[in-house]
Amino acid sequence: MAIEVRIPTILRTYTGGAKSVEGAGDTLSALLTDLDSKYSGLRGRLITEQGGLHRFVNIYVNDEDVRFLGSLDAKLNDGDNVTILPAVAGGAFGFAAAAALLGRSTAPVS
Amino acid sequence: MSRYESLLDAAGDTPLVGLPRLSPAVPEGAPPVRLWAKLEDRNPTGSIKDRAALFMVREAERAGRLRPGDTILEPTSGNTGISLAMVAKLRGYRLVCVMPENVSTERTQLLRMYGAEIIFSPAAGGSNQAVAKAKQIAAEHPDWVMLFQYGNPDNARAHYETTGPELLRDLPTITHFVAGLGTTGTLMGTGRYLREKVPGIEVIAAEPRYGEIVYGLRNIDEGYVPELYDASVLTRRFSVGTQDAVLRTRQLVEVEGIFAGFSSGAILHAALAVAHQAVKEGIRADVAFVIADGGWKYLSTGAYGGTLAEAEEALDGQLWA
Repeated sequence: MAIEVRIPTILRTYTGGAKSVEGAGDTLSALLTDLDSKYSGLRGRLITEQGGLHRFVNIYVNDEDVRFLGSLDAKLNDGDNVTILPAVAGGAFGFAAAAALLGRSTAPVS
Repeated sequence: MSRYESLLDAAGDTPLVGLPRLSPAVPEGAPPVRLWAKLEDRNPTGSIKDRAALFMVREAERAGRLRPGDTILEPTSGNTGISLAMVAKLRGYRLVCVMPENVSTERTQLLRMYGAEIIFSPAAGGSNQAVAKAKQIAAEHPDWVMLFQYGNPDNARAHYETTGPELLRDLPTITHFVAGLGTTGTLMGTGRYLREKVPGIEVIAAEPRYGEIVYGLRNIDEGYVPELYDASVLTRRFSVGTQDAVLRTRQLVEVEGIFAGFSSGAILHAALAVAHQAVKEGIRADVAFVIADGGWKYLSTGAYGGTLAEAEEALDGQLWA
């Protein structure tokens, strides 16, 4: 069972520079475990120590946010497309400037 | 009533129009599935951001944060800046915008025309430089006022008090609301209002998926979720790529005569997905979605003509929503 997974630039160090890789699994959790067996360390960048999705990571199955599909329990089917992206606002650069102005950090809040 | 005391009073109360040609056909005897577009390009400066700009300025005035002659500083990739520039001009403030250099030239021209000053931050790998620049600006001008649309509750409140009630008044049978996700103000405010009033309503986000340059962070911890965002307001969230957004933007004008910006194409893409799902499930649906702005500011991208691949290339690396 093959699922195509698109990897964002900042995580390609784990995939030898590959923009997209193939994995298998009937849930997102299983897929990430499978990917980690081939690209060691990748899973750890996406999942927190508490076992949830990292706040600044968005994962989409067929363009839909997995947080609304059961998160790590989201069901996957052969031929699905999975996209991993860092969370940025539309005006991300403007935001970075704003954060600096307000004296806030761009690091995780909460 | 369509007479107003000033341009500021003419913001909001935009038309909601049916899209009979883009709405999916249903089998005979099946409940209707209809798409409705809320034409936010009919606001004074041509975008939905007029609502938020007006609310944020008025509330800052009321709270005593803004006084006549003050300077407003705002990071914006375009429409909010244009709205704020108009409001600032009419209310007697100076506006300085910090914006990325990869926005369309129409936006910067409009801002300057309304009297705003622009400080550019670099498009590529430059958030660190933008931060450095912003810090420098803040240190030099501690008296400037930032409304900060990403974290200002009055941004969402504008939609809770205006966009939401307008939608329910014009479409009491609404089942789905679809809008773009940027500052998240539109979805949070409108979504909260509709959820309180319409049991079972779906609130759907369409998030633009840009070219890689926009995601060029050094590490995940540089990511950002707007302070206004509350995932519990939404029921679904779609990521829409440039090609789908362009395709739908062209369909809007070709099929329904609505000339919109690319974020509205992305929103239509998500609206069509839920509409087609309703058809498949045989349920009635009145899907209202937002036309965030008109297409005028994006003509120079060239993405309204040529092949889809050419259009995608033209928009690559641009903040098209």
